[in-house]
Amino acid sequence: MIQIEGLTKQYGATTVVDRVSFNVERNSIAVIVGTSGSGKSTLLRMINRLVEPTAGRVLLDGADTRSEPAHLLRRRIGYAIQGHGLFPHRTVVENVATVPRLLGWPEARIRSRVHELMEVFQLDPGLYANAFPHQLSGGQQQRVGVARALAAEPAVLLMDEPFGALDPIIRAKAQEDLLGIQRRFGTTMVLVTHDMDEAFHLGERVAVMSQGRLLQYDRPAVLLTHPADPFVARMTGITDRAMKLLALTTAGEAALPGGSDGPRVASSASLREVLSELLWSGAASALVLGEDGAPRGQLTVAAILARGRP
Amino acid sequence: MYGANLLRLAALGLLVAFLVSPHTFAPVFAPLTRYGAPPIYDQGDLLTLALAQLATVCCAALASTLVAVGLGILVTRPAGAQFLPLSRTLVNIGQTFPPVAVLAVAVPLVGFGEKPTLIALFAYGLLPIFENTIAGLRSCPPAVLEAASGMGMSARERLRLVELPLAMPLILEGVRLSLVINVGTATIGSTVAAKGLGEVIIAGLLSSNTAFILQGGLVTGLMAVLLYDGLRALERRLFRAVRLD
Repeated sequence: MIQIEGLTKQYGATTVVDRVSFNVERNSIAVIVGTSGSGKSTLLRMINRLVEPTAGRVLLDGADTRSEPAHLLRRRIGYAIQGHGLFPHRTVVENVATVPRLLGWPEARIRSRVHELMEVFQLDPGLYANAFPHQLSGGQQQRVGVARALAAEPAVLLMDEPFGALDPIIRAKAQEDLLGIQRRFGTTMVLVTHDMDEAFHLGERVAVMSQGRLLQYDRPAVLLTHPADPFVARMTGITDRAMKLLALTTAGEAALPGGSDGPRVASSASLREVLSELLWSGAASALVLGEDGAPRGQLTVAAILARGRP
Repeated sequence: MYGANLLRLAALGLLVAFLVSPHTFAPVFAPLTRYGAPPIYDQGDLLTLALAQLATVCCAALASTLVAVGLGILVTRPAGAQFLPLSRTLVNIGQTFPPVAVLAVAVPLVGFGEKPTLIALFAYGLLPIFENTIAGLRSCPPAVLEAASGMGMSARERLRLVELPLAMPLILEGVRLSLVINVGTATIGSTVAAKGLGEVIIAGLLSSNTAFILQGGLVTGLMAVLLYDGLRALERRLFRAVRLD
């Protein structure tokens, strides 16, 4: 668990981060979202002390992060950034093995861990182990960047706009992969983005920042239905907030008992997708199928619309 | 590529053949002499002189490299940034102060021989290495440096594992430039009794023997070109994989 208490950063007379406090539960994903210049990256970088706070403190599982040298602290915290920052003079394997090497792991353990991560991130070791970063596609570079951040099995992973440089299709895939990784390794993640849709999609809790201050830290649905501040409402988007609310619930969660001869939708699809499918096909209801292909229930247009109200 | 390699090999063969057996080439140089003067330098062994000059240049380059790279690293650290203007001025003086003048100043202090030449070449060779070290260290992509620190590298580890390897091609280019400039410059060392091919050129000037001047000049020039070329080929092999994107 990460406890952030009264974290403040001042450069001269300018306050970049102003008394920010919030907690990130173990095994959860928190997303910090804000416009550029909101202090979100500085806040993230204070967690691993790439930026030293002017005031306030960060506790990792109860221990103050200042109780050990900054570079030793950072070896325990994964860090992935926009544009991946891979070492261009090192192969994929060497890049991924960076932190385990710094920690002095035995060679056999490093090898098996790197191998495991390459499998997890769908990088065929036979093809890519000895490739250099410039030989990979943008999506592959980004995956190597996250794999490198996770190599030493950190309990916490910090990410600063990790998908910022990817095109929309690869980006959506990378987001799904990240959720899979989080479920698999149980890593506590803090992710910074300026993209509200990404924040809602990935974050169990979302922190909205503006001008160095934390305006609201809550579950996505609460941010939509009860914004604490006009700025939060503007960030979350007023005109399509009903659609965003629908996007937060899956068909499986909302399915009602009964059958339907309308279109078939997967239980993992969002209500927004189901509604779109119903509008397109002109049917009044859809049949929800589980992962095994068995019917789980049905959804009518009316039932979906009811979910889109606060 | 193939033709260039053939040319290199031919040049190297020519140089070695001339140094090992200069008298074979006597007919080539004979038309340049007058009044029956010897066509080939006869007051010393050309091979020994060439090797002595190379040794002087390499010693000076080693010292220049250590100092210039050290300074370059220092002034690119946050703690040493304030020394950048001073270091740059000193290194620039080393380059702009004529080596001949350095010799004149150094001889009263350290005497005749190799020492004043080493000092002159050392000062003259600093600039390209210093500037290339700074350029190389500054060309490291910010995201890469940020990642290195974020991974938990200490400042030293970051320098050793990331910054220097990435700057290495540029640093070596500086060393190469410095070496080549100094192979030619080293000939002036002969004015203060350092062993080298300058001796041959000076002997030619004193006795109006164009053949001597040409021999000293051609051997020096060929050595410089081949050294430059050879080092570049070596760099290419070593850093084939490194590319900044």
